[in-house]
Amino acid sequence: MLAKRIIPCLDVKDGRTVKGTNFIGLRDAGDPVELAEKYSAEGADELVFLDISATNEGRKTFTSLVSDIARRINVPFTVGGGISTPDDIGRLLGAGADKASINTAAVRDPSLIESAARNFGSQCIVLAVDAKLTDDGWRVFLNGGRMATDLDAIEWMRRGVELGAGEILLTSMNADGTKDGFEIELTRSISESVTVPVIASGGAGSRDDFAEVFVRGKADAALAASVFHYGEIQIPELKRFLQMRGIEVRL
Amino acid sequence: MKVAIVKYNAGNTASVANALARVGVEPLITDDAELLRSADKVIFPGVGEASTAMAYLRERRLDEAIASLRQPVLGVCLGMQLLCSSSEENETECLGLLPYEVRRFPGVGLKVPHMGWNQVTDLRGPLFDGFADGEFVYFVHSYFVEVGDHTTALCRYGERFAAALSYGNFHAVQFHTEKSGKVGERILENFLNL
Repeated sequence: MLAKRIIPCLDVKDGRTVKGTNFIGLRDAGDPVELAEKYSAEGADELVFLDISATNEGRKTFTSLVSDIARRINVPFTVGGGISTPDDIGRLLGAGADKASINTAAVRDPSLIESAARNFGSQCIVLAVDAKLTDDGWRVFLNGGRMATDLDAIEWMRRGVELGAGEILLTSMNADGTKDGFEIELTRSISESVTVPVIASGGAGSRDDFAEVFVRGKADAALAASVFHYGEIQIPELKRFLQMRGIEVRL
Repeated sequence: MKVAIVKYNAGNTASVANALARVGVEPLITDDAELLRSADKVIFPGVGEASTAMAYLRERRLDEAIASLRQPVLGVCLGMQLLCSSSEENETECLGLLPYEVRRFPGVGLKVPHMGWNQVTDLRGPLFDGFADGEFVYFVHSYFVEVGDHTTALCRYGERFAAALSYGNFHAVQFHTEKSGKVGERILENFLNL
């Protein structure tokens, strides 16, 4: 059986991880490579690195970081943050990333998805969508959730898949940071209406939340940051729990 | 030991080179037929689309170079598919070194590509020395090689397909050994020990 995937997400600024400073057993908690090695040794199925650097210098540092990660990590990893052209994607894949996630730039210019998929293959193009429930339903938000659009989230994700996205990374802005659980209904709607895998993100607080998003939300993968970074949930324990609940995981 | 990786337009050569480095081997990445022929082991990786890859291989006469190899060769993912006789992906005639057809997942009730960690069973042959049935490895593919007499590992995604096969000196795996954690590194080591 194809296993449900558990994906820790690391925010990287100027080549260093931000958040999650109280790791135990790491020489240097700010070193993304060391943290990534820890997670992959514990059984993370994939990793996501989001570059939140604001400067060109920070971006360059990120590219060389991606090369280091590719040398040392033996599971697949996705990179995102600030990707706006096919050249950006080429640079990051060339440095050794397995997939690139695009968000704001794809909304501004949907043909970016098409050209990226044509140049690099759909399997390495992840469409990241930040969705927020408004009075008009689920809408797409940009710039890390700060800017509203009038795009319907479900329609946008369907269109993204038609244009060539090979995977969807769906973050619920309502759930993000609450630790009250993933957004189940929206995740299920998307997962049932597109033909590519869906990664659910935002709201993970407990092991039960992961079970829910896999069983009821029909997610193919679940992404979380702080519950892993702060040691509130240990990946091996989470996976054993999911297995006991009858969910296929890689142990 | 000299290990060569076939350099061409659809190879994720850096990922494979990184994985080899993790098991202590510095490979040569080349499209030179003589260098490929003189290596002890050759790895033929691949990520991308079949017809574009085949056109490139023919243009550089790498098709002949690969066919002339007598040492152990390992095809990975698209590399496995290109070693077969033909692929449904844009009706491509492939290298014809493995007597199998490459078919597309029907995608009825299943997400395509088959992406993520899945189990391999019915393991046999030296690549899987020391493995128990049911190990998880990492797959990303929309096309698969049908099961046959030379299948050395099975996987099920809707239907059963060949996760690995061995035919003479040609070995092939559909999954990404270079991204399959410790399990993948051990399979690479087993290949290097052939």
